[in-house]
Parts: sequence; C-alpha cells; structure tokens
Amino acid sequence: MNRELQKKSFLNRILPWLKENLFNGVFNSIITIVLLFALYKIIPPFIKWAFVDSLWRSTAAACREGNGACWSVITANLRFIIFGFYPYDLQWRPLLAMILLVGLLLYSKNRNHWNKTLFYGWIAGLFFMGLLMKGGILGLAPVESDKWGGLPLTMMLAFFGMIAAYPLGVVLALGRRSKMPAIKTFSVLYIELIRGVPLISLLFMSSILFPLFLPEGLTINKIIRAQMAIILFTAAYIAEVVRGGLQAIAKGQYEAADSLGLSFPQKMRLIILPQALKIVIPPSVGILISAFKDTSLVVIIALYDLLKTSKSTLSNPDWMGYSPEVYLFVAAIYFISCFAMSNYSRKLEKELH
Amino acid sequence: MKKNIEPNFHIGAGGKSGLLNDPKFRSLAYQFIALTLVVILGYFLVSNTADNLKRQAIATGFGFLQKEASFEIGEAVIPYSPADPYFKALFVGALNTVKVAFVGIVLTTILGTFVGIARISKNWLVSRIAGAYIEIFQDIPILLQLFFWYSLFCEILPSPRDAIEIGSDVFISNRGLVMAVPEWNPVYQYVFMALLVGLAAAWFFRRMAKNYQKKTGRILPAFTVSSVIIVGIPLIVWLFVGAPLKMSAPELSGFNFRGGLAVSPEFSALLLGLVLYTAAFVAEIVRAGIQAISHGQTEAAMSLGLKPGQVLRLVILPQALRVIIPPLTSQMLNLTKNSSLAVAIGFPDFVSVASTTINQTGQAIEGILLIMAVYLFFSLTTSVFMNWYNRKMAFVER
Repeated sequence: MNRELQKKSFLNRILPWLKENLFNGVFNSIITIVLLFALYKIIPPFIKWAFVDSLWRSTAAACREGNGACWSVITANLRFIIFGFYPYDLQWRPLLAMILLVGLLLYSKNRNHWNKTLFYGWIAGLFFMGLLMKGGILGLAPVESDKWGGLPLTMMLAFFGMIAAYPLGVVLALGRRSKMPAIKTFSVLYIELIRGVPLISLLFMSSILFPLFLPEGLTINKIIRAQMAIILFTAAYIAEVVRGGLQAIAKGQYEAADSLGLSFPQKMRLIILPQALKIVIPPSVGILISAFKDTSLVVIIALYDLLKTSKSTLSNPDWMGYSPEVYLFVAAIYFISCFAMSNYSRKLEKELH
Repeated sequence: MKKNIEPNFHIGAGGKSGLLNDPKFRSLAYQFIALTLVVILGYFLVSNTADNLKRQAIATGFGFLQKEASFEIGEAVIPYSPADPYFKALFVGALNTVKVAFVGIVLTTILGTFVGIARISKNWLVSRIAGAYIEIFQDIPILLQLFFWYSLFCEILPSPRDAIEIGSDVFISNRGLVMAVPEWNPVYQYVFMALLVGLAAAWFFRRMAKNYQKKTGRILPAFTVSSVIIVGIPLIVWLFVGAPLKMSAPELSGFNFRGGLAVSPEFSALLLGLVLYTAAFVAEIVRAGIQAISHGQTEAAMSLGLKPGQVLRLVILPQALRVIIPPLTSQMLNLTKNSSLAVAIGFPDFVSVASTTINQTGQAIEGILLIMAVYLFFSLTTSVFMNWYNRKMAFVER
C-alpha cells in the first residue's frame, strides 16, 4: 500500500514534469523524440567503443586486433604525454610542482583566505616550483629548461604568464586612463596593436625575432621567449578588463581620495585599485582560462607542451592512427581545468554581486 | 599679466610648494621620462637588430616581394603558379584567409543564433544539449579541436574509393568533401542580373508599403510580396532562357573524384573547428542578449495586439541586437584571428604563406610585419564599422 502510494506520487511528480518540459505542444514533442532518437544512435555506440570494447593496458599489436578504443596508447605513453622529455627518474619534481600549484589554487578558492599571507605564499610557491623544475641547488640535479614539457610546461606558461602580465596590465590600464597625452597614446597604441594581431604572430616574433633584438652573445632560452610573448599578449587583455573596473568606480571615490590629500600612488593603492580589482576578478578568471587554452599555440613554434607531447606520441609508428583516443584524453584534461575555473568564476560573480 | 596673479603654490602631501609639486611640471616630466624610455628601448632594439642583420648578412627591405615565389599553394581562389612573385603568393594567402573568415562568420552566426535560442528553449532536452555543447566547445583549445577534426578527416574517413555518400552526389572521404554543383552556363549572368533587379524591386516595394502604412495605417503583406519578387523574377528569366540545368557531378576516376565542387580536408577541418568553437561563444552572447530584454517588453507588445512574429521582429530583436552586436563583432574578429591557426594543419592562409616566405627568404622582420599589418587592417576596419554602428544604434535619451 505504502509502496504503491510512493510509486503513484513519483509518477505524479514525473509525469507533469515530462509534459511541461519535454512534450508541451506538438512541435516540442517532435523535437524531443527526434533528439532522443539521435542520442540513442550516438551514445550507446560511443559507450561500446569507449568502454565495452576498449583496451586499457595492452600492446599496440593487440589494439590493432580489437575494434574498440585503444586507451593503451595513453597508458603506455602517459609519462611522456604528461612530462615530455623531463628526465624519467626526476619526474617526481614537476609532479610535486604541479601538486603545489593545484594546492595553492584550491586554497585560494576560499575568499576568507585572501590576505597578505596568501600573496606571499603564492610568491614563495612559484619560486619553489621554479626551483623544483630547474634544480641545481639543494642537491637537486639541474634540468635544462629545453627538457621541460607536457602538462607542467602548459601550466607554467599559463599561470606564470597570468601573474607576470597582471602588473603590466594594471599599469597599461592606468596609462590608458591617464590625462597625460604621451602616456595615454603609448598605452592605447600598445593595447590596440596587441589586441589586433593573433597570438601566433607574437609567438613567431618570439621564436624568430627576439634573438635579433638582443645584442650579440646574449641569448634567451626558447621557453622564456615564448613566455614573454604570452605575457605581452595577456597584458593587453588584462589592461582592458582592469580599465572596465576602473571605470566602474564612482567619481566620488577619486575626488574623496584627492580631497584627503593622497598622492596618486597612495590614491590608487589604498582607494581605487582595491575596489576596482575586486570587481574584475571574475573576468580575470576568464582571461586565465583563455591563457590556459592559448598556451597550446606554442605547438606551432615546436615547444613540447601538453598538446605537442601527445601529438608526437601519435607519430610513433606503433601508435599511429589512435588520434581520437589521444585527443579526447588531452581534451578531457583541458575541459576539466577550464570547466572548474569557469564554474568558479560564475560562483564568485554571484557572491560578489 | 594674468599668469602672474595666479597663486604659485599647490598643496602637496607635505604642504611643500615649488616646481616639483607643480602638477603641470610633473605631468610634463613624467611624459618626458616615458618618451625617453621608449626612445631608448626602440633605439636599443633597432640598433641590435641592424647589427645582427648585418652580421648574419640578411637582406632587408620589401624588395623580395617582386621575386619569384617558386612554391606551390595547395588551393587558391585566383589562378596562381609557383612562377608568380611573392606578393601574389601572399595575396593568394590573404584571399584564403578572407574566404575562410567569410564562410566561417556566416556559418557561425547561423549556428550560434540557433544554439543560443535553443539554450533558452522551454524544452528541457533541447536546452540541456545546447548547454552541454556550449560548455564543451568553449573549454577545449581551438588548436586541439582543429587537430581532432583534421585527424578525423585524414585518418578515420575512408579513401575516395569507399567514400561515404551523405546526400545525393555529396561524398565525404579523406580527400575532403565533394558535391554536385550546376555547371556554369553563360545565361546564368542574366539570371543573376534578374536577381539584382528583384532585390531592388523588393526594396522599393517595402518602402512603398511603409509609406502606405504611415498614411493609412493598413499593413501590406510586404514579406510575402518581396519574397515572391526576389525568387520570381530570376525564376521567370531562367525559364525563359530555356531552363538550363546541367549538373557537374563528382565521379570517381583513379584515386580521386573529378568534377563537382571539391572542398579540401584542410579547409573543411579548419572551417568545422572555427565554426564549432566560435559558435559556442556566439550562442552565449545571443542568449544573454535575448534574456537582457525584460519580459515586460514582450507583454507590452502583445497587449498592443502584435503577433508573436511581429513581437520578435519589431520589439525584441531591435533591442536585443543592440546588446548582441558589439560582443558578436569581437567574436567574429576572434574567428578571423584564429583562422591563422590554419598554419598548423596545412591550409595555405596568409600566416602559412607568410611563414613559407620567411623560411625561403630569411626576411623574418618583413614577414612578421606583413602578418601583423594584415590582421591590424582587419581589426581596424571592424572597429571603424563598430563605432559607426554604435553611433547609429545608441539609445537617444531625452
């Protein structure tokens, strides 16, 4: 009796929902049925390919026999895909660096933790990560940066790029709002020039032109050059976001600061920027997401980031032809990271409003 | 004289007065310092570059543009041969960029609008699928998507011999997409002219209908009549000249198709990637634009007795477009800039041709300057258009 009642109430709830959301009207019912049919055609075969018939830890030869997904291409090459050419025995170091970075990120998620200590914590953390990657002291064997690759490189290019670009972006935004014509012109020119060209042209510049710009004998490592291009590129976008924040601060705040007799640096540091930067945190996370995705462009100038290491796995004759598996795996890494960040940005936006 | 009367002190942080605390002087000094720094940096870079170029004996200047390019370009909108000079090769590349950007923008707008509307559909399944599409395609780097589609075209699809027929005379294989198109016939020019006449006539009819509505308040069926005019006039001309319709259908000969319209796998993958990626962003813009219009507007329009179609066309869209167009343009610009990733999958766009040029001539500075100039040209024309549009569409308040 009780169970029957439960069943009935369940049906009572689900049926109106179905009618309301899937079958209200002839047109909607047709669309729902067509879509359900399409999903039925796509999802079960995909699941069969990806999970039922798939091979996870087999040899390449075994994969040729099967007709499901060959995830073995990932498991067999996982450490190369993730760490690139970093010396095999030392790969715990980039791993530790990544864990440190993710830990810092997770800790920074909570707004109650935002204070000066966290800021210094980040600086110490980044320094430590660089130390772990590079080595050379404290008994760590040195690893040249041309051996860096894979996911740590991708993360480094994105996060170092973002953090280094932020101060430059703030300066550019202030410059663009300045009343001094020369400074305003430089800022506008820089921002608009950079935003008008694709990142790839800056990366070409970093790989071909930067060496020409430097005096004879002075060379900068390829990764650092690409990192510089990413910083210069990201700064222009940050500048526009920060400018939006500066414009949103009421004029009274500027005037009140002036009437207190604060100097320009004091006014900005104590009154304006704390408010403006708080407003622009959600769009800044958006820029971080773009930067994270855009680092994949370094493939074109032959740096071994995550996308390049997975692509070169596919050029191994044993594992040729499994590009859907490899690309899906890399896509999943990017998707999870970006999705988490964009979700966080949306949540933050709601909290701050 | 008046200048002297003005008080010559300013209240600074320490209450000091003098030249250093004079805002005008300080502003001039800052600008002077900034200018000097930029000039020094510029001089440093230019002199180093000049030294390096001299030492490495690299030619400078744009003289190379006149030399023979001597490389093939996979696909070209205008006739091109390796004997043509570099500037022609670069022009072909620029045209390819324009081609992929134009087709991409049209398809992205259509798909993005469609998905954006689907996202706010009352149908739960439709809105969830649209939402999943938007999330997934936004959060995966465009380059990875391009590699994925390109590998799909090259590795997964069968050879032309076993091509998949996805429609009548539309084949898809690892050599790209081929489809049947009407064979060119000289009388088509007349049909095309008739189309132009039809468009003009429809435009005049709409104006007339509007005036008529202003005078009498009666609404003429402008949409129906103008559609009939636009389709009808070319149709009559086509029938009149004998209704020529010879299709050029793709046929398998040897290892590839002959005839029909062929779209290379590079172009298909690039277009597919760009459209699917950008449409996800456009969909969010369209959704936000429509949701920005308050529900009261719809209710007010309906209470005036407008039909649902009219509500959308006369009340919602003009307001939503004001919100939608500016971010939409910047997405279109992003699509154009992202089309430069063609170089990674071997489609000969401007960047790809320019980088071949750089490799052959060694003149990297000129090559990269050209790349930047071309994209800046696209960006600046777009922003000029945007400013014009914003002025035209801006709310005229009071």
